[in-house]
Amino acid sequence: MKTFESNSKKQVFIEGIRDGFPIALGYMAVAFSLGIIARMANFTPLQGFVNSFLNHASAGEYAVYTVVAAGAGYVEMAIMTLVVNARYLLMSTALCQKFSSKTSMINRMLVGFSVTDELFAITIKRPGFIEPLYNCGAFLIAALGWCFGTSFGIIAGELMPLRLVSAFSVALYGMFLACIMPEARKHGIVAVLIIISFISSYIAFRVPALSHISSGTKTIILTVIIATVAAIAFPHPEVEDDD
Amino acid sequence: MTNTYIYILVAAVVSTIIRVLPVTLFRKPIKNRFIRSFLYYVPYVTLAVMTFPAIIDATQSKISGTLALVCGTVAAWFNMSLFKVACICCAVVFISELILV
Repeated sequence: MKTFESNSKKQVFIEGIRDGFPIALGYMAVAFSLGIIARMANFTPLQGFVNSFLNHASAGEYAVYTVVAAGAGYVEMAIMTLVVNARYLLMSTALCQKFSSKTSMINRMLVGFSVTDELFAITIKRPGFIEPLYNCGAFLIAALGWCFGTSFGIIAGELMPLRLVSAFSVALYGMFLACIMPEARKHGIVAVLIIISFISSYIAFRVPALSHISSGTKTIILTVIIATVAAIAFPHPEVEDDD
Repeated sequence: MTNTYIYILVAAVVSTIIRVLPVTLFRKPIKNRFIRSFLYYVPYVTLAVMTFPAIIDATQSKISGTLALVCGTVAAWFNMSLFKVACICCAVVFISELILV
Protein backbone atom coordinates (compact mmCIF):
# COMPACT_ATOMS: atom_id res chain seq x y z
CA MET A 1 0.00 0.00 0.00
CA LYS A 2 2.76 2.32 0.97
CA THR A 3 4.73 1.71 -2.24
CA PHE A 4 1.60 2.24 -4.28
CA GLU A 5 1.02 5.57 -2.58
CA SER A 6 4.56 6.82 -3.04
CA ASN A 7 4.51 5.66 -6.66
CA SER A 8 1.37 7.61 -7.44
CA LYS A 9 2.77 10.63 -5.63
CA LYS A 10 5.86 10.46 -7.76
CA GLN A 11 3.69 10.12 -10.84
CA VAL A 12 1.65 13.22 -9.94
CA PHE A 13 4.85 15.19 -9.47
CA ILE A 14 6.18 14.01 -12.84
CA GLU A 15 2.88 14.94 -14.50
CA GLY A 16 3.31 18.41 -13.09
CA ILE A 17 6.79 18.66 -14.57
CA ARG A 18 5.53 17.36 -17.92
CA ASP A 19 2.70 19.93 -18.12
CA GLY A 20 4.96 22.68 -16.82
CA PHE A 21 7.63 22.13 -19.45
CA PRO A 22 6.04 23.97 -22.42
CA ILE A 23 5.12 26.76 -20.00
CA ALA A 24 8.77 26.94 -18.92
CA LEU A 25 9.87 27.41 -22.55
CA GLY A 26 7.41 30.27 -23.08
CA TYR A 27 8.41 31.81 -19.74
CA MET A 28 12.08 31.69 -20.67
CA ALA A 29 11.49 33.82 -23.79
CA VAL A 30 9.28 36.34 -22.01
CA ALA A 31 11.55 36.48 -18.93
CA PHE A 32 14.44 37.19 -21.28
CA SER A 33 12.59 40.27 -22.48
CA LEU A 34 11.84 41.18 -18.85
CA GLY A 35 15.55 40.86 -18.10
CA ILE A 36 16.32 43.47 -20.74
CA ILE A 37 13.96 45.87 -18.94
CA ALA A 38 15.50 44.87 -15.58
CA ARG A 39 18.94 45.79 -16.87
CA MET A 40 17.67 49.30 -17.68
CA ALA A 41 16.68 49.60 -13.99
CA ASN A 42 20.25 48.55 -13.07
CA PHE A 43 19.33 45.13 -11.73
CA THR A 44 22.12 42.56 -11.40
CA PRO A 45 21.51 39.02 -12.76
CA LEU A 46 21.20 37.76 -9.17
CA GLN A 47 18.66 40.45 -8.25
CA GLY A 48 16.67 39.57 -11.36
CA PHE A 49 16.77 35.88 -10.41
CA VAL A 50 15.61 36.55 -6.85
CA ASN A 51 12.87 38.92 -8.02
CA SER A 52 11.66 36.37 -10.58
CA PHE A 53 11.56 33.56 -8.04
CA LEU A 54 9.76 35.53 -5.32
CA ASN A 55 7.35 37.47 -7.53
CA HIS A 56 7.00 35.19 -10.59
CA ALA A 57 4.56 37.51 -12.36
CA SER A 58 5.29 39.28 -15.63
CA ALA A 59 3.27 42.40 -14.89
CA GLY A 60 4.27 42.33 -11.22
CA GLU A 61 7.98 42.24 -12.02
CA TYR A 62 7.61 44.79 -14.75
CA ALA A 63 6.06 47.00 -12.07
CA VAL A 64 9.10 46.46 -9.84
CA TYR A 65 11.46 47.51 -12.62
CA THR A 66 9.49 50.63 -13.55
CA VAL A 67 9.11 51.68 -9.90
CA VAL A 68 12.82 51.19 -9.19
CA ALA A 69 13.81 52.92 -12.44
CA ALA A 70 11.58 55.88 -11.52
CA GLY A 71 13.04 55.94 -8.00
CA ALA A 72 9.54 55.90 -6.49
CA GLY A 73 8.79 54.96 -2.88
CA TYR A 74 8.07 51.63 -1.19
CA VAL A 75 4.41 52.51 -0.65
CA GLU A 76 3.94 53.03 -4.37
CA MET A 77 5.75 49.72 -4.89
CA ALA A 78 3.29 47.95 -2.57
CA ILE A 79 0.15 49.52 -4.10
CA MET A 80 1.39 48.93 -7.63
CA THR A 81 2.06 45.24 -6.84
CA LEU A 82 -1.38 44.95 -5.28
CA VAL A 83 -3.08 46.38 -8.37
CA VAL A 84 -1.15 44.57 -11.09
CA ASN A 85 -1.33 41.26 -9.22
CA ALA A 86 -4.95 41.65 -8.08
CA ARG A 87 -5.98 39.00 -10.58
CA TYR A 88 -4.14 36.37 -8.51
CA LEU A 89 -6.49 37.16 -5.64
CA LEU A 90 -9.32 36.11 -7.92
CA MET A 91 -7.47 33.01 -9.15
CA SER A 92 -6.53 31.85 -5.64
CA THR A 93 -10.11 32.41 -4.58
CA ALA A 94 -11.24 30.21 -7.45
CA LEU A 95 -8.66 27.55 -6.49
CA CYS A 96 -9.74 27.43 -2.86
CA GLN A 97 -12.97 25.82 -4.06
CA LYS A 98 -11.02 22.89 -5.51
CA PHE A 99 -9.16 21.76 -2.38
CA SER A 100 -9.98 18.55 -0.57
CA SER A 101 -10.75 19.21 3.10
CA LYS A 102 -7.81 16.90 3.89
CA THR A 103 -5.23 19.19 2.24
CA SER A 104 -2.93 20.62 4.89
CA MET A 105 -2.43 24.35 5.43
CA ILE A 106 1.21 24.17 4.26
CA ASN A 107 0.18 22.51 1.01
CA ARG A 108 -2.57 25.07 0.45
CA MET A 109 -0.03 27.84 0.94
CA LEU A 110 2.41 26.22 -1.48
CA VAL A 111 -0.27 25.95 -4.16
CA GLY A 112 -1.28 29.57 -3.51
CA PHE A 113 2.32 30.75 -3.79
CA SER A 114 2.72 28.96 -7.13
CA VAL A 115 -0.23 30.71 -8.80
CA THR A 116 0.57 32.36 -12.13
CA ASP A 117 -1.77 32.89 -15.10
CA GLU A 118 -0.61 29.73 -16.87
CA LEU A 119 -0.22 27.47 -13.82
CA PHE A 120 -3.70 28.53 -12.72
CA ALA A 121 -5.00 27.55 -16.14
CA ILE A 122 -3.52 24.02 -16.04
CA THR A 123 -4.61 23.54 -12.40
CA ILE A 124 -8.21 24.48 -13.21
CA LYS A 125 -8.22 22.17 -16.24
CA ARG A 126 -7.22 19.14 -14.13
CA PRO A 127 -10.23 17.17 -12.92
CA GLY A 128 -10.84 16.41 -9.24
CA PHE A 129 -9.26 17.89 -6.13
CA ILE A 130 -6.03 19.85 -6.36
CA GLU A 131 -2.95 17.66 -5.89
CA PRO A 132 -0.28 19.95 -4.40
CA LEU A 133 2.56 17.79 -5.75
CA TYR A 134 1.32 18.36 -9.31
CA ASN A 135 1.50 22.12 -8.75
CA CYS A 136 4.93 21.84 -7.13
CA GLY A 137 6.27 19.94 -10.15
CA ALA A 138 4.81 22.38 -12.64
CA PHE A 139 5.96 25.37 -10.61
CA LEU A 140 9.52 24.10 -10.21
CA ILE A 141 10.13 23.62 -13.92
CA ALA A 142 8.27 26.80 -14.92
CA ALA A 143 10.12 28.86 -12.30
CA LEU A 144 13.46 27.52 -13.56
CA GLY A 145 12.66 28.83 -17.05
CA TRP A 146 11.40 32.09 -15.65
CA CYS A 147 14.32 32.81 -13.28
CA PHE A 148 17.12 31.80 -15.64
CA GLY A 149 15.40 33.63 -18.51
CA THR A 150 15.47 36.85 -16.47
CA SER A 151 19.14 36.46 -15.57
CA PHE A 152 20.07 35.64 -19.18
CA GLY A 153 18.16 38.73 -20.34
CA ILE A 154 20.10 40.94 -17.93
CA ILE A 155 23.43 39.44 -18.99
CA ALA A 156 22.79 39.17 -22.74
CA GLY A 157 20.96 42.49 -22.99
CA GLU A 158 24.34 44.11 -22.54
CA LEU A 159 25.99 42.10 -25.30
CA MET A 160 23.17 42.09 -27.83
CA PRO A 161 22.95 44.53 -30.72
CA LEU A 162 20.33 47.26 -30.34
CA ARG A 163 18.31 45.71 -33.15
CA LEU A 164 17.78 42.48 -31.16
CA VAL A 165 17.15 44.30 -27.87
CA SER A 166 14.44 46.27 -29.64
CA ALA A 167 12.83 43.10 -31.04
CA PHE A 168 12.96 41.16 -27.75
CA SER A 169 11.61 44.06 -25.74
CA VAL A 170 8.10 43.55 -27.14
CA ALA A 171 7.84 39.86 -26.06
CA LEU A 172 6.45 40.96 -22.71
CA TYR A 173 3.71 43.05 -24.32
CA GLY A 174 2.94 40.10 -26.60
CA MET A 175 2.39 38.03 -23.47
CA PHE A 176 0.07 40.69 -22.05
CA LEU A 177 -1.91 40.68 -25.31
CA ALA A 178 -2.13 36.87 -25.20
CA CYS A 179 -3.62 37.16 -21.69
CA ILE A 180 -6.33 39.71 -22.51
CA MET A 181 -7.43 39.18 -26.11
CA PRO A 182 -9.04 35.71 -25.87
CA GLU A 183 -11.37 37.05 -23.17
CA ALA A 184 -12.09 40.15 -25.30
CA ARG A 185 -13.20 37.84 -28.08
CA LYS A 186 -15.60 36.01 -25.75
CA HIS A 187 -17.02 39.08 -24.01
CA GLY A 188 -17.61 42.24 -26.02
CA ILE A 189 -17.52 44.35 -22.88
CA VAL A 190 -13.92 43.30 -22.21
CA ALA A 191 -12.97 44.32 -25.76
CA VAL A 192 -14.60 47.73 -25.23
CA LEU A 193 -12.79 48.13 -21.89
CA ILE A 194 -9.45 47.32 -23.49
CA ILE A 195 -10.00 50.00 -26.14
CA ILE A 196 -11.05 52.52 -23.47
CA SER A 197 -7.95 51.56 -21.44
CA PHE A 198 -5.67 52.04 -24.46
CA ILE A 199 -7.11 55.49 -25.19
CA SER A 200 -7.07 56.71 -21.56
CA SER A 201 -3.59 55.35 -21.07
CA TYR A 202 -2.38 57.08 -24.21
CA ILE A 203 -3.81 60.37 -22.98
CA ALA A 204 -2.42 59.89 -19.46
CA PHE A 205 1.07 59.14 -20.74
CA ARG A 206 1.16 61.84 -23.44
CA VAL A 207 -0.49 64.91 -21.89
CA PRO A 208 2.38 67.12 -20.64
CA ALA A 209 0.31 68.39 -17.69
CA LEU A 210 0.30 64.83 -16.25
CA SER A 211 4.00 64.15 -16.78
CA HIS A 212 4.89 64.72 -13.11
CA ILE A 213 2.76 61.72 -12.06
CA SER A 214 4.76 58.48 -12.10
CA SER A 215 3.78 55.74 -14.55
CA GLY A 216 2.99 53.36 -11.68
CA THR A 217 0.55 55.80 -10.12
CA LYS A 218 -1.08 56.40 -13.50
CA THR A 219 -1.57 52.65 -13.98
CA ILE A 220 -3.11 52.32 -10.52
CA ILE A 221 -5.46 55.28 -10.94
CA LEU A 222 -6.60 54.29 -14.43
CA THR A 223 -7.18 50.65 -13.41
CA VAL A 224 -9.20 51.51 -10.33
CA ILE A 225 -11.35 54.09 -12.15
CA ILE A 226 -12.06 52.03 -15.28
CA ALA A 227 -12.64 48.73 -13.43
CA THR A 228 -14.90 50.41 -10.85
CA VAL A 229 -17.05 52.10 -13.49
CA ALA A 230 -17.24 48.84 -15.46
CA ALA A 231 -18.15 46.79 -12.36
CA ILE A 232 -20.99 49.21 -11.55
CA ALA A 233 -22.29 49.65 -15.10
CA PHE A 234 -21.72 46.12 -16.39
CA PRO A 235 -21.61 43.55 -13.58
CA HIS A 236 -19.88 40.48 -14.94
CA PRO A 237 -22.53 38.15 -16.42
CA GLU A 238 -21.10 34.99 -14.83
CA VAL A 239 -21.60 36.52 -11.41
CA GLU A 240 -25.38 36.30 -11.78
CA ASP A 241 -25.27 32.64 -12.73
CA ASP A 242 -23.65 31.70 -9.45
CA ASP A 243 -26.49 32.72 -7.13
CA MET B 1 21.92 49.43 -4.69
CA THR B 2 21.09 47.30 -1.61
CA ASN B 3 17.69 48.98 -1.46
CA THR B 4 16.83 47.17 -4.69
CA TYR B 5 16.38 44.10 -2.49
CA ILE B 6 13.98 46.04 -0.28
CA TYR B 7 11.85 46.85 -3.34
CA ILE B 8 11.93 43.16 -4.33
CA LEU B 9 10.98 42.16 -0.78
CA VAL B 10 8.08 44.64 -0.59
CA ALA B 11 6.69 43.38 -3.91
CA ALA B 12 7.27 39.73 -2.86
CA VAL B 13 5.44 40.14 0.46
CA VAL B 14 2.45 41.83 -1.21
CA SER B 15 2.22 39.34 -4.08
CA THR B 16 2.59 36.36 -1.73
CA ILE B 17 -0.18 37.67 0.54
CA ILE B 18 -2.42 38.14 -2.52
CA ARG B 19 -1.77 34.57 -3.66
CA VAL B 20 -1.79 32.77 -0.34
CA LEU B 21 -4.47 34.58 1.66
CA PRO B 22 -7.49 33.40 -0.39
CA VAL B 23 -6.56 29.70 -0.27
CA THR B 24 -6.04 29.79 3.47
CA LEU B 25 -8.72 32.23 4.64
CA PHE B 26 -11.57 32.29 2.14
CA ARG B 27 -13.06 28.85 2.30
CA LYS B 28 -16.24 30.17 0.67
CA PRO B 29 -16.76 32.01 -2.64
CA ILE B 30 -16.96 35.80 -2.62
CA LYS B 31 -20.65 36.62 -3.00
CA ASN B 32 -20.51 40.38 -3.41
CA ARG B 33 -21.37 41.12 -7.01
CA PHE B 34 -19.47 44.40 -7.23
CA ILE B 35 -16.23 42.99 -5.80
CA ARG B 36 -16.41 39.94 -8.06
CA SER B 37 -17.03 42.08 -11.14
CA PHE B 38 -14.28 44.51 -10.13
CA LEU B 39 -11.77 41.68 -9.60
CA TYR B 40 -12.82 40.19 -12.93
CA TYR B 41 -12.19 43.42 -14.86
CA VAL B 42 -8.96 44.49 -13.12
CA PRO B 43 -6.51 42.19 -14.97
CA TYR B 44 -7.74 43.16 -18.42
CA VAL B 45 -7.74 46.88 -17.72
CA THR B 46 -4.36 46.93 -15.99
CA LEU B 47 -2.63 44.81 -18.65
CA ALA B 48 -4.14 46.98 -21.40
CA VAL B 49 -2.96 50.17 -19.68
CA MET B 50 0.54 48.72 -19.27
CA THR B 51 0.71 47.58 -22.90
CA PHE B 52 -0.19 50.82 -24.63
CA PRO B 53 1.49 53.21 -25.28
CA ALA B 54 4.51 51.42 -23.66
CA ILE B 55 4.83 48.97 -26.57
CA ILE B 56 5.42 51.76 -29.11
CA ASP B 57 7.98 53.40 -26.81
CA ALA B 58 9.94 50.16 -26.27
CA THR B 59 11.12 49.78 -29.85
CA GLN B 60 13.55 51.85 -31.92
CA SER B 61 10.78 52.97 -34.25
CA LYS B 62 7.20 53.82 -33.27
CA ILE B 63 5.96 52.20 -36.48
CA SER B 64 7.50 48.82 -35.66
CA GLY B 65 6.01 48.97 -32.15
CA THR B 66 2.59 49.75 -33.62
CA LEU B 67 2.92 46.86 -36.08
CA ALA B 68 3.82 44.52 -33.20
CA LEU B 69 0.73 45.70 -31.30
CA VAL B 70 -1.55 45.06 -34.29
CA CYS B 71 -0.06 41.66 -35.20
CA GLY B 72 0.10 40.55 -31.54
CA THR B 73 -3.55 41.55 -31.05
CA VAL B 74 -4.65 39.56 -34.11
CA ALA B 75 -2.60 36.50 -33.08
CA ALA B 76 -3.92 36.61 -29.51
CA TRP B 77 -7.48 37.17 -30.77
CA PHE B 78 -7.22 33.84 -32.59
CA ASN B 79 -6.15 32.15 -29.35
CA MET B 80 -2.53 31.55 -30.28
CA SER B 81 -0.41 30.52 -27.30
CA LEU B 82 1.48 33.00 -25.15
CA PHE B 83 4.77 31.77 -26.58
CA LYS B 84 3.66 32.17 -30.21
CA VAL B 85 2.19 35.63 -29.68
CA ALA B 86 5.38 36.80 -27.98
CA CYS B 87 7.50 35.39 -30.83
CA ILE B 88 5.31 36.99 -33.50
CA CYS B 89 5.65 40.40 -31.84
CA CYS B 90 9.45 40.05 -31.69
CA ALA B 91 9.68 38.88 -35.31
CA VAL B 92 7.48 41.73 -36.56
CA VAL B 93 9.69 44.31 -34.85
CA PHE B 94 12.90 42.70 -36.04
CA ILE B 95 11.81 42.42 -39.67
CA SER B 96 10.14 45.83 -39.92
CA GLU B 97 13.16 47.53 -38.34
CA LEU B 98 15.44 46.00 -40.96
CA ILE B 99 13.60 48.29 -43.38
CA LEU B 100 12.71 51.21 -41.10
CA VAL B 101 15.87 51.80 -39.08
